[in-house]
Amino acid sequence: MKCDYDYLKSRALWLRKETLKLHSLAPETRIASSLSPIEILTALYYGKILKVDSANINNENRDRFISSKGHGSIAMYPLLADLGFFDKTELQKVCQPNALLGGIPDCNIPGFETTNGSLGLGLGTGCGIALALKKKKNDGFVFVLSGDGELFEGSVWEAIMFAGHNKINNLILIIDNNKISMLDYCKNIIDLEPLEEKFKNFKWYVKRIDGHNIKEVYDTLIDLKTSDISMPKVLIADTVKGKGVPILETDSLCHIKSLTKEQVDNLLAELN
Amino acid sequence: MFEQSSAMRDALLTEIYNEMQRNDKIILLSADFGAPILDKIRKDFPDNFMNVGIAEQNLVNIATGFALEGFDVYIYAIAAFLSMRAYEMIRTNIALMTQLKPLNINLVGVGAGISYVLSGPTHHCLEDITAIRLLPHITLFSPSDVVLTKKFFNYSLQKKIPKYIRFDSKILPSIYSVEDNINFDDGFVELRDAKKKCIVATGYMTHKALTVSADLKKENIDCGVIDMFLLTNYNKTALAEILKKYDTIITLEEAFINRGGLDSLIANIIADYNLSAKLIRLGFKDKFVFENGTREYLHSLQGLAIENIKEIIKEN
Repeated sequence: MKCDYDYLKSRALWLRKETLKLHSLAPETRIASSLSPIEILTALYYGKILKVDSANINNENRDRFISSKGHGSIAMYPLLADLGFFDKTELQKVCQPNALLGGIPDCNIPGFETTNGSLGLGLGTGCGIALALKKKKNDGFVFVLSGDGELFEGSVWEAIMFAGHNKINNLILIIDNNKISMLDYCKNIIDLEPLEEKFKNFKWYVKRIDGHNIKEVYDTLIDLKTSDISMPKVLIADTVKGKGVPILETDSLCHIKSLTKEQVDNLLAELN
Repeated sequence: MFEQSSAMRDALLTEIYNEMQRNDKIILLSADFGAPILDKIRKDFPDNFMNVGIAEQNLVNIATGFALEGFDVYIYAIAAFLSMRAYEMIRTNIALMTQLKPLNINLVGVGAGISYVLSGPTHHCLEDITAIRLLPHITLFSPSDVVLTKKFFNYSLQKKIPKYIRFDSKILPSIYSVEDNINFDDGFVELRDAKKKCIVATGYMTHKALTVSADLKKENIDCGVIDMFLLTNYNKTALAEILKKYDTIITLEEAFINRGGLDSLIANIIADYNLSAKLIRLGFKDKFVFENGTREYLHSLQGLAIENIKEIIKEN
C-alpha cells in the first residue's frame, strides 16, 4: 500500500494544534496524555488503517477502536469532528453545560465504541469483541489504545494472558508508552521493562517503534494488520508525554498540568 | 431434562444447553466454575462456551465485548467473587454502558447467602443483594426454586438487559408448579395469604418462611408469605397493594440487614406508599460468620432458627 507520509505528517501537526486549541477552551481536559498518541491516531484514521465510516457509524464491517486511555483521548475530538462523526460546532462547546463532549469521552459520542476513563477495561472488552467478530465470521479488527500507566491494572494482565492463550489475532493493542503515570515516571513506580519480553512470554506478536515517527507508526500498524500470524499483536509505541510542549515534556507531573490560553497561543505560533 | 430435585444452576444450564441446539447467538462463559451439565455444554457446543480461568474481572469484560456484538451472554461464577471482585467492571462496562447500548448479559452467581456453609466467610455472600441493587439498569433475580428458574430463562433471552441471577448452591425443593403463571414484571408472588402478619423472603429463606407459616398455622396463627424473586425492577405499586393489608411485615433474608437489601426494599415501599405496617427485619447482623456447623446451626446463632422466627412473629 502506497502512503503519502508528508500528508500524514501535516495531519499530525494539524491534530496537535487542534488538540491544543481544544484544551485552551477546556483547561480541565488532560492535554499531556492527549499529545503523546497524536501520530498513532493520525496513522489509524488519516492513514485509513482503521476501517470506519462516519456516514455509517455502526457498519457491521467496521474495525472497532477502543480508546482505553480515556483521559488521553481528547485528540479524538477534533479528529472525529473533522472526519464527520459529529458536527464541528461541538468542539467549541467542549465541557460547557449540555455539551456533547466532556473531559473524558463516553460512548454517547459518535465514534466511540465503549465508555472510557476507568482504566483496565478496554483490553478485556476488546478480547470479547474480537472473539465475537470471529464467531460472526466478520473479518473486522479490534484496536485498543492503552497507556503504559494503565498496565499497572491487574485486569489488563488477565486480558493479556487470555488473548495470548486464545490466539486472538484480530486484536491489536497499541501502547502509548509515554513513560509517565499521574504522579511520576512509571519506572519509579513499578518498572514495566522489559516490556517486549513480557508480551512475548504471554504469546503476543510484538513490535516496538518510535511513536512519533509517522512512517514507522504507519508501516508497523499495516504490518500488524496484514501479517498472517495466529497471535494477538501489540505495538509498543515509545512516545513523549506532552509531545510538542517543552514545559510538559520535561515535567513528571505533566498529566495533571493545564496550559493557559496565552501559553497555547504562543505554542501555536511556534508550531506554525 | 433436569429432575425436580436438581440445583437451580443445573436447571438454568439445562435450559441454556437446550437453547444452544437451535440458537447460535448464546455464549456461556465460566470463570473456571463447573457443573455436570456444563461438561455436556463444552463438549457439544465448544464454539459457544469458554472457560476464561479464575478471572472474574476479565470474565465481565469479555462478556461485555460479546454483548456489544449482539450475543446473548451468560457468565457463570461463584456469587461472592462475581458480584464483588468484578464489581467495578459490572458498574462501568455493564450498568453504565447499557444506559446507551442494549447489553444482554446474564451474570449467574452461585452460592447466595451462606449456602457454601462450610467454606466460611470468603465464600459466603451476604452482600450481593445490596451491591447489585446499588446499580441502575440491572435486574436482580433471586429465585427460590428450579421451576421459577426455568421460567426465568425465556424472560432472560427476550429481555435484552443486564441481569444478575443469584443461586443457592444447594438443591432446594420446588415451591412452584410448571403450570403456575409467573409474572416477571411483578417480581413477586404471594404464596400464602393472611390478614395481619406476613413474611417477605427471598431465595432459600422463602422455604424457611413457608415452614414457619405452616408451623404457625397449626397453632391457629395466620402468617402470609411473599416470595420476592426480583429485587430490582419489580412492580412497586402491585407490591404495595398486597402489603397494605398487613399490620406486621417481617423481612427474612440470608444477607446483612440494614444495608440496602430486601429489608430496605420493603422499608422503602412502606414509606413511599404511606403504609402503616410495623416492619421487622430478620437477617444477618453486622458480623462475618467464622463459625462452622450446619446451615440451621449458623442461623440459630443469628436468631434465625425456625423457633426464633416463630416467637418473633407471635410477639408482634
